Amino acid sequence: MSYFSDIYNGVKTLLTGMSVTGKYFLHSRKGAITQQYPDNRATLQMFERFRGEVVMPHDENNEHRCTGCQKCELACPNGSIEIIWDRQIDPETGKKKKMIDQHIYHLGMCTMCSLCIEACPTDAIKWAQNFENSVYDRTYLTRVLNKPGSKLMPGVED
Amino acid sequence: MNITKNIHEWLFSLMPATTASIVEMVLIAVVYLGIFAVAGLYLVLLERKVAAWFQLRLGPNRVGYQGLLQTMADALKLVSKELTGTIKADKFLYNLAPYFVIITALMAISLFPFTQEFQAFDINIGIFFLIAISSIGVIGILLAGWSSNNKFALIGAMRSGVQTISYELSVGLSLLTMVLMTGSLQLSQIVEVQKHGWLIVQGHIPAVIAFMIYMIAGTAETNRAPFDLVEAESELGAGFHTEYSGMKFAYFFLAEFINMFIIASIATTVFFGAYLSPFGITENIPLLGVFWFLIKTLAIIFLMMWFRWTFPRLRIDQLLVLEWKYLLPLNLMNLIIMALMVLLGLTIQF
Repeated sequence: MSYFSDIYNGVKTLLTGMSVTGKYFLHSRKGAITQQYPDNRATLQMFERFRGEVVMPHDENNEHRCTGCQKCELACPNGSIEIIWDRQIDPETGKKKKMIDQHIYHLGMCTMCSLCIEACPTDAIKWAQNFENSVYDRTYLTRVLNKPGSKLMPGVED
Repeated sequence: MNITKNIHEWLFSLMPATTASIVEMVLIAVVYLGIFAVAGLYLVLLERKVAAWFQLRLGPNRVGYQGLLQTMADALKLVSKELTGTIKADKFLYNLAPYFVIITALMAISLFPFTQEFQAFDINIGIFFLIAISSIGVIGILLAGWSSNNKFALIGAMRSGVQTISYELSVGLSLLTMVLMTGSLQLSQIVEVQKHGWLIVQGHIPAVIAFMIYMIAGTAETNRAPFDLVEAESELGAGFHTEYSGMKFAYFFLAEFINMFIIASIATTVFFGAYLSPFGITENIPLLGVFWFLIKTLAIIFLMMWFRWTFPRLRIDQLLVLEWKYLLPLNLMNLIIMALMVLLGLTIQF
C-alpha cells in the first residue's frame, strides 16, 4: 500500500520542513542579519570577505610589498590598474632595479572581480572592508595605492 | 451586550420599527467594516513581521513604534494613487470585481460568535452559509481576470477557478465531519456543544485529521502560498489583479487577508471552541471571549503564515492530484469513521 505510506511520508516531510523554519523563527530576534545602516554607521563592521576597494597595506616604516611585477595589471580584465615604474639604482646593492613609481587604481572602473589580488605573487594588495565609496567628483576614484616616499619592504623579492 | 441593547431600544423608541431595524443593520455593517479594515491592515503588518522573522530580518520598524503605522501609511498611499486600467477592459465588470471580493468577505465575517452575545447574524444554516459565501468570492476573482483584458490575469483567474472549486469540496467535507458531532449548522449551537470539550478533543483522531485537511484546503481556498498559483509572481506578474492599481488593488489585497481571517475563524469556531476559554478558566467574564477568540484565530493565522514561509509553490497538476487523489478520498473515509464514532458513542466528553 504505497498510497498510505506516501501520505505518511508526505506529512512527515512537511513537518520536518516546518520544524526547520520554526527554529529560524524562534531564533530570529538574536540572529537578525539586517544591518540598520545609517543608524549603526559608527559600529558597522563589514565581514572579512567583503570587497570594498583594493588597497596596498604599508607597514610602520612606510614600506609596501609591491615589486612592480605588473601581474595585477595584466590580470585586470578592464584596465583598472596601471603601474608606472622605472629602473632605479638600489641603494643597498648598487644595481639597477625595477621599482614602482605609482600604483594607480581606478575604483570607478573596478568590477571587484579580485583577479588582481589572486595574481599578486607577494600579497602586496588586498581588499579593504570600507563600503562608503561615494565621492562628489569621479577624479577622486582614481587612487594611487602606494604612499608617497614609500619603498619596497626588504626581503620580499628573496 | 448592554450597550447594544440600549442602542437598540433607543433606536426603536425614536422611529418606526422598519426604519429602526434598517438603521440598526447599517450601524452594524459600519461597525463590522471598521473591524474589517483594522483587522485587514494589521494582518498585513503581522504577515510582514512574521515573514521577516522567518527570514531572519527585522521587518517594518520605521513608521510609528516598531512599524505599527506602516500599513496605515501604505493604505493612505494606495488611496491617493491614480486608478489605471487597460483600454479594452470590460469597464463594468472590471469595476465590479473588487466589490464582489470584498463584500463576500464582509458578509462572511458577520457570522462569527466573538462572544456569546457579540454575533451579528446567527443564522441556522451558519456553516453552509459560510461555505456558500466563500465560494462566491471566487466569482470576483474570475471577473477581475476576465475583464482585465490581460493574458496573465486571465490565466490567474482560471487557475483560481480550478483551485477554489476543487478545494471547496475538502473544506465542506471536513466541516461536515465536525457537524456530525454537533448536529447543527448554527454557529451558536456549535459553540454550545463545545462546552463539554472542544470538538477537536471530543472527536480526537478523526477530528485531528479533519483539522489537517481543513487547514490544507483552507489555505488553498485563500489562494495563499503554497497554493498561490493564482498570483504566482514569477509566472503571472500579479495574477488576476495585474491590471488593478490604487484602491481597487487594495481591496483585493485586503480581501485576501480577511479571507485568511475568515478561514482561521471558521477553524476556531468549529474545532477550538470559539470564545470558550481553555478548561473554562474565565467562564464568569464573558467579555474575555473576544480575547480568547482572537488568540485562537491568530494562532491559526500564524500557522498559515508558517506554511507560506516553509513550503514551495505547487504545480497545477500537483495541486489537483493533492485534492482529488488524496484529500477527497481521505476526507470521505474520515467522514465515515466519524459517523461510526458518533453512532457508537466513542467521542470524548467532559
